[in-house]
Amino acid sequence: MTKIFIIALLINNVVLMRFLALCSYVGMTSDVGQSVGMGFAVTFVTVLATAATWPLYNFVLLPLGLGFLQILVFILVIASLVQLVEFYLKKNVPGLYAAMGIYLPLITTNCAILAVTFENISNGYSFIESIVYAVGVSLGYLLAMVLLAGVRIRIKNSPVPKFLKGTPILFAATSLIAIAFMGFSGLVK
Amino acid sequence: MKRLWKIFKAGIIYENPLLMLMIGLCSALAVTTNVSNGVGMGLAMTFVMLFSEVIISLFRKVIPNSARMPIFIIVIAAFTTIIDLVMKAYFPELSKSMGVFIPLIVVNCIIMGRVEAFASKEKVLDCVADSLGMGLGYTWVLVGIAAFRELLGNGTLAGLQVMPASFEPILFFILPPGGFLVFALFISLNIWLKGRMQKASAKAEAKAEEVAA
Repeated sequence: MTKIFIIALLINNVVLMRFLALCSYVGMTSDVGQSVGMGFAVTFVTVLATAATWPLYNFVLLPLGLGFLQILVFILVIASLVQLVEFYLKKNVPGLYAAMGIYLPLITTNCAILAVTFENISNGYSFIESIVYAVGVSLGYLLAMVLLAGVRIRIKNSPVPKFLKGTPILFAATSLIAIAFMGFSGLVK
Repeated sequence: MKRLWKIFKAGIIYENPLLMLMIGLCSALAVTTNVSNGVGMGLAMTFVMLFSEVIISLFRKVIPNSARMPIFIIVIAAFTTIIDLVMKAYFPELSKSMGVFIPLIVVNCIIMGRVEAFASKEKVLDCVADSLGMGLGYTWVLVGIAAFRELLGNGTLAGLQVMPASFEPILFFILPPGGFLVFALFISLNIWLKGRMQKASAKAEAKAEEVAA
């Protein structure tokens, strides 16, 4: 269990090692607070999506022989789930909605979440393992977001070569962060 | 015919999804560790785009405006499922090495973007030209990045040894950090290209004004 968690969090970090969710990684890291908000919103939705799609696949689609509908069903489930969560938070937990609400619509098409739900199935995880995996991946996402947000503060005050100004320097910095993360690869045998 | 050719050409160069519009980047980075992955991903994308655009263009007058997003997603997901199953059946190795990125075509912004901006308004034939242009435009950039990374990182092209035996592969380019660095250079190339194109069009305009004066 810890193995799944560590691998998902550090060794196969969802952004730095697997290139998922790059849009929000570049778009939402201009300050640290924002990146933390987005990170927790993604964590919340990923766990929820896993809790919804895993039973759906194993108890409904599989017994009916409809496994091939996986892609179609999962994306619809996640999209409607995000909508429902948004309505619920707006009405009942306005404080949390104020902190997280603006990020929710963006999450529907976040490829990391969809990827996690697919991989839970293709890796043959049990329900508990799937949840652990979901938490690991999304905390890894949060970690990468906060790291880049921190780096961006420093980039703001540094002389960047003209041809790297703007987005290119972010990816060059990400490359360096990714090299650091490669050091984790011996962590789990 | 001329108009179709123009639409087709736009996707290949002037409105290239990766080079110019800068959308659909995740998959462009993840699968470009070797050329055959790049080709496979590009053609899978082209397939899904072609059929999604044609279907949506055929039904564009029937689809209610308020429910168009879910309908688009269902159509795209259906074709993604088809290509996923086909690849699993006929190219098991390719499908395995690309893993989750084939099903993730469904959330690729290029397809959604073209369907929303183009197929929901234009005629079927135009959509065929547009999707082929965009798809092949995506493919060639993907293959370009993949060739660069594979050549330096492994000394091969599509699995064939190209570099002389004395060449020491720079593993860095195959690994994720190398992907990010190549990508950073790639974006700066894109910015430079855009700047040049703007300058060229400004020059042409100035010339036109001179002639008019």
